[in-house]
Amino acid sequence: MGVWDSYKMRLRRRHRLLRSIRKSRELSPVQNNTHAIRPNDILLVSTFRNELIRLPYFLEYYRKMGVDHFLFVDNDSTDGTLEYLSGQDDISVWYTQHSYRRSKFGIDWMNGLQRTYAHGHWCLVVDPDEFFIYPFCDTRPIRALTDWLDNSSIRSFGAMLVDVYPRGRLDRTTYRAGQDPLEVANWFDAGNYTLNKNPQYGNLWIQGGPRARVFFADNPKKAPALNKIPLVKWSRRYAYVSSTHSLLPRGLNQVYDEWGGEKASGALLHTKFLNTFSGKAEEESARNQHYANAREYKAYADQLGEHPELWCKWSEKYINWRQLEILGLMSKGNWA
Amino acid sequence: MSVGILMLVHTALDRAEQVARHWANAGCPVVIHVDKKVPRKTYDRFVASCSDHSMIVFCKRHSCEWGMWGIVAASQSAAELMLEQFADVHHIYLSSGSCLPLRPVQELKDYLAARPRTDFIESATTADVPWTVGGLDHERFTLRFPFSWKKHRYLFDKWVDIQRFVRFKRTIPKGIVPHMGSQWWCLTRQTLSAILQDPDREVFDKFFKRVWIPDESYFQTLARVYSSNIESRSLTLSKFDFQGKPHIFYDDHLQLLRRSDCFVARKIWPNAEKIYGGFLRSPEGAIKMSEPNPAKIDRIFAKAVERRTKGRSGLYMQSRFPNEGWENGMTFGRYSVFHGFTELFEDFEPWLARATGTRVHGHLYAPERAEFEGGQRVLNGALSDSPKLRDYNPIAFLTNLVWNTRGERQCFQVGPRDEGAPVWFICKDPNAQISVISGAWAIPLFKSNMNFADIRKEAARLQKLESDQLKALRSPYAKARVRIWSLAEFIEAPMEPLQAIIDEIGTDPTRRLAEAPKMTDLAGFGQFLQNLKNQGMHPYLMGDFPVTQAENEQKKPPRKPYLVQ
Repeated sequence: MGVWDSYKMRLRRRHRLLRSIRKSRELSPVQNNTHAIRPNDILLVSTFRNELIRLPYFLEYYRKMGVDHFLFVDNDSTDGTLEYLSGQDDISVWYTQHSYRRSKFGIDWMNGLQRTYAHGHWCLVVDPDEFFIYPFCDTRPIRALTDWLDNSSIRSFGAMLVDVYPRGRLDRTTYRAGQDPLEVANWFDAGNYTLNKNPQYGNLWIQGGPRARVFFADNPKKAPALNKIPLVKWSRRYAYVSSTHSLLPRGLNQVYDEWGGEKASGALLHTKFLNTFSGKAEEESARNQHYANAREYKAYADQLGEHPELWCKWSEKYINWRQLEILGLMSKGNWA
Repeated sequence: MSVGILMLVHTALDRAEQVARHWANAGCPVVIHVDKKVPRKTYDRFVASCSDHSMIVFCKRHSCEWGMWGIVAASQSAAELMLEQFADVHHIYLSSGSCLPLRPVQELKDYLAARPRTDFIESATTADVPWTVGGLDHERFTLRFPFSWKKHRYLFDKWVDIQRFVRFKRTIPKGIVPHMGSQWWCLTRQTLSAILQDPDREVFDKFFKRVWIPDESYFQTLARVYSSNIESRSLTLSKFDFQGKPHIFYDDHLQLLRRSDCFVARKIWPNAEKIYGGFLRSPEGAIKMSEPNPAKIDRIFAKAVERRTKGRSGLYMQSRFPNEGWENGMTFGRYSVFHGFTELFEDFEPWLARATGTRVHGHLYAPERAEFEGGQRVLNGALSDSPKLRDYNPIAFLTNLVWNTRGERQCFQVGPRDEGAPVWFICKDPNAQISVISGAWAIPLFKSNMNFADIRKEAARLQKLESDQLKALRSPYAKARVRIWSLAEFIEAPMEPLQAIIDEIGTDPTRRLAEAPKMTDLAGFGQFLQNLKNQGMHPYLMGDFPVTQAENEQKKPPRKPYLVQ
């Protein structure tokens, strides 16, 4: 990568940052508890719309993991999300009615918030249907991980999306607020992922899983990306480029080893496929606010009428992180 | 007689205090050195909170940076204070704020009292240690290091290069031979005082001030001069990862640490409540006299290092994506590829499965779909048979298949029709066993009901494709076990090559071939080839098939399956 390319990347990063500052004006604070953030706190940033049913367990899960403060962008929810979040003093919320798509699918807003509040903090960026799993997460809090990463001079930590789904038809499941979604959807695809290197940003591009298998079997190129880098020791110079798939500066995307070894990595259990999904798919494909004209949601909406089953004979039932490690979906690296 | 503890502290002061009190309560005086970088206020608070204990004292502070002299200066100051203030101290134990005693202090005292003349310090000559960071071993002592390795890596490296280029060399003071080892030692009063009160100490200090990572070599070298009895090992359990950073212990290591029988472990995560709570209790039960036995912990951390540096063969995932040539096993394990066998034998796949006990697939790269064993639509790991998904990344399809079926050998068919097959990848993979009957693609054409003009066209196409595939298999880059026969050659004596292939697969060495696969009837095949030739196409991959041979065959009764003993 020559000097010119590096310079171009620098410009692109600056552009992203300026954009995030401009887009931050679209956010109006509803509840600002950021004064409570202490210097070493671990932060979580998320954008959502009408996800009230998921929030109770989401908050419980990440509080238990050791997240100290939550920064939320509420994109025009109508289900009482704001009321639910009000009064919880480890949560700060901003509200916006502006276009999700025109803020690069929420990335501009979150880059802006992170720039302001997350400088020098370990910061986890996840959707409300994503549950972060890392090596030893059943016995060690997330601070053990971030301390270890600090100690090893590692700035970013990769966690691949693993789609989990129920056995049987999606609409036959029922999810209650506060329930662990893994009780409902706990099957996943263990070994059908493909990897490519993205020469532009140096990140890996991972596709596969049940979505590629069922919804994109005829057009695998369009299957959604599963690579994510959700945990970063944030600096105000950093910017997410495309969802949490890649960052600038590019060095942050180097979460994989190229010389045969394994770096430590985690997983994001993606509990999108619950009974709430079909309604969401129809709504989102109509709103057209998602990536590539909500192509993904359209593909789902087309097929959901036929009630496809994601489960197959070779689906694997989720047990714990060690299982994912043995299957080769994540790795302990040299953390022991 | 007692043991004095020197404690170097820079973070997690509350934990350090907890451990210091534990030592002091058991009758071991503690001298604490606090890094000068700790703010004055925090330091004062720390001193004040320890002030109620007469056995805990503080020494002069130095600024400590990794790899620099400060750590040695700190150890010296602390040691001098210890020797001066606590006259009955016999052994002096150097530890850090994140060290934790794992066994009752009395056990350590007894252990050392039983070895009153022994110095426990890991100390080896530079030629004998493999664990040097940055590739510098002897040069640590002969070059100068004015730049910080952590903060100014570029300058550090450049300065080393320049010195090498101009062949700069410092002279090592007379009387010492550089040794290195773990910085956590336990020395007798005699040895330590001899080092600190050496008339030449200034010379040595001046020399070591410019050595890189002197805390791993200062005491290690000088102890060799004065000690009468060195045990070259550290009493502190301290494991290092591949970059030379210490591994950290967490609550889930509690049982492991207990069983290790080590005296002191480093380093403990400050928030590991269970570990601190579990080990800093007053001792219960009988005093053990066992030797430290860290073998199990060693294994776990050695594995972690191996995972980080070598990884799991054949695995491609989000945090392991090796460059070409660095895969350390392109696929997880052995597999077999058959080319042309299903065309020649009518029941080849079930026969092979019976004969070898392996899993036999059809043409995995067939244009229509991946022909998984038994016509399954999805295979282990939820691998789909969709041709588009497969062809999107044919190599990943194969590596996934082999990874997903770990512990079970896979066999599959490949032919010239399977244009998507990653032939180059397979033939470069030492795990692949490839057996080819060239020209066998002509048999289905021979048996087909197509018009001869179409047959001729298809034959030309398949011959071209197969010849390309053979080119890869015969290239000097091929690392797979490749066997190629022409069709004519193979049918001369089919059982020998089959037996050889099966033996090599070797799932069950006692297994002999009890039955032969049924060969398809080739009567008239020679004439068929001649017809192709007559039409101007030149089939050559199947070898020499005499036109007359087919006529001879016809006279004989059809071949029966036979037994091979």
